[in-house]
Amino acid sequence: MQGLDFSVVTPYTDLLLMGVWWTVVLTISGAIISFFFGIFFAVAVLYAPKVIAYPIRFFMWLFMGTPLLLQLFLIYFGLAQIGLNVPALAAGIIGLGLHFAVYNADVMRAGIVAVDTGQTEGARSIGFGRFQTLRYVVIPQAVRNTLPSIGNNLIVLLKESSLVSIIGIAELVHSAQLAISETFRPFEFYITVAALYYILNLVLETGLRQVEKQVEVSR
Amino acid sequence: MDFPLMLRVFPFFVEAAWVTVQISVLSLLLGLVVAAIIASAKMSGSFVLRAIGSLYVSVFRGTPCLIQLFVLYFGGPQIGINLDPFAAGVIGLGLNIGAYMAESIRGGIIGVDRGQVEASRTIGFSRLQTLRLVVLPQAARLMIRPLGVNAVGLIKGSALVSTISVVELTYTAQRFIGSTYKPFEIFGIAALLYMIIVYVVARAVDVLDRRYAIN
Repeated sequence: MQGLDFSVVTPYTDLLLMGVWWTVVLTISGAIISFFFGIFFAVAVLYAPKVIAYPIRFFMWLFMGTPLLLQLFLIYFGLAQIGLNVPALAAGIIGLGLHFAVYNADVMRAGIVAVDTGQTEGARSIGFGRFQTLRYVVIPQAVRNTLPSIGNNLIVLLKESSLVSIIGIAELVHSAQLAISETFRPFEFYITVAALYYILNLVLETGLRQVEKQVEVSR
Repeated sequence: MDFPLMLRVFPFFVEAAWVTVQISVLSLLLGLVVAAIIASAKMSGSFVLRAIGSLYVSVFRGTPCLIQLFVLYFGGPQIGINLDPFAAGVIGLGLNIGAYMAESIRGGIIGVDRGQVEASRTIGFSRLQTLRLVVLPQAARLMIRPLGVNAVGLIKGSALVSTISVVELTYTAQRFIGSTYKPFEIFGIAALLYMIIVYVVARAVDVLDRRYAIN
């Protein structure tokens, strides 16, 4: 047992901040992909012909029932297998994006169904096409109503982005591992990393609460 | 699809699935104990206990489970905690899921109608009797579904212990993907086994929920 000494962390501040930066990049990219693919999956499952809807439903079922870590391995090695040699960073973003798209789709599907049918009828009767009705009337309301759940998924996404360190992406956990390999001080560095995630999480939660409040006011 | 390969490696995966089940069950039990303690602390009359309970939930839910495992397993020896991977996995997952389950338990207790407490106090039940005979039996029913969701999350979350070299499903999958370069086949086997475990738990929760649901 050696004494704990958090001063070993200070020389690695830049490395850790670089890690924070990439964690933020991963989270934001993953969030954007998961948001739009979430809408796409939800709409496809509800309205697309069966040949499209059923495979997507199967994919959603598969991705909701298996661990993200396993999916990351599939995407990282699977893309190479089918001849797409993408860098680890892209595989990580795609993996996070698809995983959370499935959870967002699950929420949004319920949100779309919950939009009052009078809204659709109204839009259709003033001459909107089916696509226009979805795009301008139904989906915006569905997104607004499901915002708290989508926000929760985003908070989980931030934390789960730590997993992509396993496929070698240089984010926060990876930075810590690098520093630990030089200093042999896992406790100090992982506690520091935990604190950094906690702060990121706090910032994200505060931001989401702000957005929710604004949306609430604009109703 | 390379079916001969899938058949050849399948026995390894069954063994690994058993480890996943063991890890999940043990950490679920530990998580329930932790959750009961934390939920009691958060609902107690003492300000200090409430603060400790809130801090616990906030810290364990506000940081990645992966980091919690790393602190325990890699950082533990520095503060005199030496655990083998399996034990570290169970304790790490249990402490983490405990924070989530504490909220499910609290939610169940808060969900019991206030009038129930008032009525039982009026007919002369003590606070403890009210809790034990009136509130908890009803709250337990409300907890089934949220705790079930936690349990399913825990099974999927147990994949994390592969990173501290517990030979469970995801670890085995990673190893075989690396040695065979057949990611789709290997994923298929691991996914099948995860789905079976998750399905059994989800069904059990469904049955319990329907059996004991209020109304």
